[in-house]
Amino acid sequence: MFDYIFLQHYWWFLIALLGGLLVFLLFVQGGNALIFLAGKDEAERELIINSTGRKWELTFTTLVTFGGAFFASFPLFYSTSFGGAYWVWILILITFVLQAVSYEFQGKAGNLLGKNAFRAFLTLNGCLAPLLIGTAVGTFFTGSQFMVDKSAVLNISAPTISRWANGWHGLEAVTEPFNVGFGLMVMLLAIALGALYMINNIDNEKLTAQLRRSLLISFTAFLLTLIFVLVQLLTMEGFAVDASGVVVMEKYKYLHNFLQMPVVFVMFLVGAVLLVAGVALTLLKPNFKRGIWLAAPGTVLAVMALFMIAAYNNTAYYPSTYDLQASLTLANSCSSEFTLRTMAVVSLIIPFVVAYIAYFWRQMDKKSLTSDELTTTDKY
Amino acid sequence: MVETALVDWSRLQFAMTAGYHWLFVPLTLGLAVIMAIMETVYVVTGDEFWKKTAKFWMKLFGINFAVGIATGIILEFEFGTNFSNYSWFVGDIFGAPLAIEGILAFFMEATFFAVMFFGWGKVSKRFHLAATWLTGIGAAISAIWILVANSWMQHPVGMEFNPDTVRHEMVDFWALVLNPVAISKFFHSVFSGWMTGAVFAIGVSCWYLLKKREMRFALASIRVAAIVGIVGTFAVMFSGDSSAVHVAEYQPMKLAAAEGLENGGQRAPFSIVPGLEVPGVLSVLATHDINGFVPGINNLLDGYTTPNGEVMPSAEQKIERGKRAIAAFGEYRALSGSDPAGAAEARKVLDENIDYFGYGYIDSPQELVPPVGLVYWAFRIMVGLGGALLLLMCVVLWAVYKKRLASMSWLQWAALLSIPLVYIAGQAGWIVAECGRQPWVIEGLLPVKAAVSSVSVAAVQTTFFVFVAIFTLFLVIELRILTNAIKKGPEIE
Repeated sequence: MFDYIFLQHYWWFLIALLGGLLVFLLFVQGGNALIFLAGKDEAERELIINSTGRKWELTFTTLVTFGGAFFASFPLFYSTSFGGAYWVWILILITFVLQAVSYEFQGKAGNLLGKNAFRAFLTLNGCLAPLLIGTAVGTFFTGSQFMVDKSAVLNISAPTISRWANGWHGLEAVTEPFNVGFGLMVMLLAIALGALYMINNIDNEKLTAQLRRSLLISFTAFLLTLIFVLVQLLTMEGFAVDASGVVVMEKYKYLHNFLQMPVVFVMFLVGAVLLVAGVALTLLKPNFKRGIWLAAPGTVLAVMALFMIAAYNNTAYYPSTYDLQASLTLANSCSSEFTLRTMAVVSLIIPFVVAYIAYFWRQMDKKSLTSDELTTTDKY
Repeated sequence: MVETALVDWSRLQFAMTAGYHWLFVPLTLGLAVIMAIMETVYVVTGDEFWKKTAKFWMKLFGINFAVGIATGIILEFEFGTNFSNYSWFVGDIFGAPLAIEGILAFFMEATFFAVMFFGWGKVSKRFHLAATWLTGIGAAISAIWILVANSWMQHPVGMEFNPDTVRHEMVDFWALVLNPVAISKFFHSVFSGWMTGAVFAIGVSCWYLLKKREMRFALASIRVAAIVGIVGTFAVMFSGDSSAVHVAEYQPMKLAAAEGLENGGQRAPFSIVPGLEVPGVLSVLATHDINGFVPGINNLLDGYTTPNGEVMPSAEQKIERGKRAIAAFGEYRALSGSDPAGAAEARKVLDENIDYFGYGYIDSPQELVPPVGLVYWAFRIMVGLGGALLLLMCVVLWAVYKKRLASMSWLQWAALLSIPLVYIAGQAGWIVAECGRQPWVIEGLLPVKAAVSSVSVAAVQTTFFVFVAIFTLFLVIELRILTNAIKKGPEIE
């Protein structure tokens, strides 16, 4: 039962799970996008920064683990995409580097650039990181221009296997409206999740009212991008892998994937309903604050479903539009069976990790954050 | 054609990132232990003084920690962005420890770091103490896995080359984890972090003594830090000893370069500085036997016969066998679909020469010699400063127990001025380890020039300067913030 094919699918499931968790945890970025929009004065901005600032490392760690898991399980993706779409990944990394120090530095004496510069870095990361990550994931459905030639190893003077076929090295992704729509969708979702999280985590009436307004605007815009992305996704040609392993274009491939994998389709629908319910209840019931805890599982489920239709059901998850047969599939880009099996054993520890994170999260967030707390305890 | 400039800039970018990362990591590793001990004393005695003392060092820990994270994320992804061929060629093995590091260590650090900083009053005292220890343990676990990965590059074990997938594949996970190089390197690196944390804490505390401020805090901090530092330094010495034996066995060219040893032999001398040698000592360090044979650079290039009769091939012969391996690999790929017998024959030749595969990309034997001057002096700086800092910490601890330190301003100055020295020692250590193994990204299997991504030189130059600018700015800001926080002080007295 646990054969090589199963292990490939199992590891894609873990990639999808990490991807789903990462998008949920982008509420940190979304919250930071609102520092200057929802936070009208210093006290409110401090509350926003100290609310997201107690969770930012989890987002960061999930991103790093997402990268590590991809490296371990699908190394050809790691080498092809990171080495090829160079500029996209470098830009994403730079925004995260700026974010990593900004919490700690922004409120400290002697920080050279001033408080607002570091807050601007947080906002920049808050907008750009989800936008760029979303745009990069969009290429899972529209493809990129690269070639893979393993025989290149034989060429002593130029042995690089994966090569990008244009000089833009990933930046060309923004010329595809679907990718940009996907990026905007992730960014707006992150902002909506950030607002939901802070509505629950911060006890401040005025700020909460502003966050509700931000939630309404961002979620409405999100729904528009979602409709755009879904219409495109379900009507576009997709990259199918036939029985002999040849990659071919198939009309309505991603719609077919949903229909041929009803469990995945149900996951997506349940996720979407939970997300909408979390937002709707928060907007419609003035005292309802726990919308994030409906939206969180909703986001994870919906994102996982999108990852699954990108790769399951004989689909090339990282297609090449330059050389269709260079497209990456679960089978041709994964690690060896031994490595996948070994790492599958290691992955059994994940539930324990999730459990202790959840436990300490609960311990730390039992009481909502107030301005009073920031005057009496440590803060950023 | 892979340009030499691309190889050099890719190498430089990674070296720069790693160098900056290692400015911040050792202080994290060392301060974590020091502040955890202080908080333990607080929990055991209930004395608020120790809580405030621990909190002050935590504050400095937090400022430093953030920059360590910022530089660390770049390192992980640079394997993909700048060394894409490496990522495929050995990703099957190398990716695993990175993923495990994320799952086991980073989440632990991220979770308990937040509890440690913001959990005062929200969780119980004992819970908080556990969080502080677990933050430090998380950092050490992280070190285990990244050093397992690094050590595999120095001494690749537990894998086989698969010509069908064109990569090395893991066949023995435990060989990877229990790689003797990894064990030595883990202790050597983590305990050097203890040294860094200790020297930093002692230096900062001595500044307070010089200013006649926070005297109780300073003397108490010095007592804890000096003990941690001395224990750490002895552990660094013992692990350094086993590291030397491993280097002699698995990376003899690195050892020869570190010693500037052109022609080796038995009873090999240890060079203290050029022109000043101690006979036989290098043999003792490298083999634990005064008559042990240590090859020099020329021996390794020309080939040699060990005292027990083992004939070691010359660099030319290794290059020749490497080219044979690559040619056989090409033949195997060409025939594997059409001529099973021919493919099997080619596979046989490939298997016979696979250990020299990486040499096939080498153009001339001189390429196999790392930068001798750099590695030679880096090694002396590391060892010399390590010894001097051990002596300093011992004297400081003695002076504290004799209650004389408060009046010995020369010693306080020495301790304060030693802070940059411990960083120089740490950087020098990594220069020995990493520059000493050039031209290999994986010893014997893959040279750096066959590992790089296919991006333009200009792209790598651009990102290099962008990262230099960002990291330098962060370093300057961190130093300013640390200085301000130190000037403000723990405000205990």
